[in-house]
Amino acid sequence: MDLVNLFLQSAFIENMVLAYFLGMCSYLAVSKTVKTAFGLGLAVIFVLTITAPVNWLLYYGVLQEGALAWIHPSFATVDLTFLYFIAFIAVIASMVQLVEMIIERFSPSLYNSLGIFLPLITVNCSILGGSLFMVQREYVLSETVVYGLGAGFGFFLAIIAIAAIREKIRYSNVPAPLRGLGIAFIITGLMGIAFMSFMGIKL
Amino acid sequence: MSQVAEAAVQTKEPLFSPKNRRLLTDPLDDNNPITIQVLGICSALAVTAQVKPSLVMALCVVFVCSVSNLLISLLRKGIPSRIRMIVQLVVIATMVTLVDQVLKAFVYDLSKELSVYIGLIITNCIIMGRLEAFAMGNKPWPAFLDGIGNGLGYGAILILVAVFREVFGAGTFLGYQVIPQFIYDLGYVNNGVMVTPAAAMFLIGIFIWIQRARKPQLVDIS
Repeated sequence: MDLVNLFLQSAFIENMVLAYFLGMCSYLAVSKTVKTAFGLGLAVIFVLTITAPVNWLLYYGVLQEGALAWIHPSFATVDLTFLYFIAFIAVIASMVQLVEMIIERFSPSLYNSLGIFLPLITVNCSILGGSLFMVQREYVLSETVVYGLGAGFGFFLAIIAIAAIREKIRYSNVPAPLRGLGIAFIITGLMGIAFMSFMGIKL
Repeated sequence: MSQVAEAAVQTKEPLFSPKNRRLLTDPLDDNNPITIQVLGICSALAVTAQVKPSLVMALCVVFVCSVSNLLISLLRKGIPSRIRMIVQLVVIATMVTLVDQVLKAFVYDLSKELSVYIGLIITNCIIMGRLEAFAMGNKPWPAFLDGIGNGLGYGAILILVAVFREVFGAGTFLGYQVIPQFIYDLGYVNNGVMVTPAAAMFLIGIFIWIQRARKPQLVDIS
């Protein structure tokens, strides 16, 4: 039950985009139509669910103080945690590459719809953010998997919502200097306020 | 022969020639990384509730952006294009690790407050974007200036947003009370919306509006 709560919490209350403003670049750049937003959203769920547990294993199995003691007792005091930025980003970059190759091999149709978005994901802040939050909040492995899935789902929801709004707003008479990005920022702010209503919910 | 002459002319260019100066000043206004290029909004909006963390964040980004621009520009001839993304990420991640360790050593409280956002400088699109678009094809000195310019352009918006949010949201500036007590006694209250991250989005939307209204050539047609 705790895991279900964690899922809901990470998807709604602590929504990556609307509560923490992570992954904003791809969120604004790829939300012009619902179809592409859908592809990017799926790819983010996919990659986040894989990279968060892998980084968890890396952090607690290799980088943490004393984690390498099984090699030799003298390693018991080695603390590599200061390397975690480099380790995480390397894992993310290589996982994205790997995921891309696997999808290309087994599901060409999915590859064609996700294809161009996968490389973009390496520099999507929400992926690295997910791993960093996982460390900061000291989740255990099962929580990490659920957190990755929930955070990815939250990103998916947010990007689909803004894409749908932006498709409709094209027919509205927005002041010229505000067209495009300006109005997208303001809509995101309003959506953020709407999502704040989840904050009072205590799970 | 003419190429050699050209190269000689280029090396004689003064350090702060008009072209180089433009590299520094353009990103502050016409080519601002946040309002025009729309890069790097990700990691920063959440830190702008107060001026002090934004100031630190801006300094970190200026440092990381300029130094990694310089390094990549020095290495640009030796990087195979197929693995350039990984090389860029490693250089950026190294710089960010340095910044993070320095902050943890000297201003631990602030580093706790910025929490994951320092780490997220790695995936800040401005830095990757400038490495890809500028440092890979230019000499070290212009690349360094470009890095500083873009870092400052980013920092300027960050601090501007933070000033609005802190003054109207908490009535303070850098922690000091700026809205005098008698105004509160007259019934003035702090604006609660300004404290929420959503206010940062509104402010940036309004900055974009003002900037594009002043310069119609920047208007987005789509």
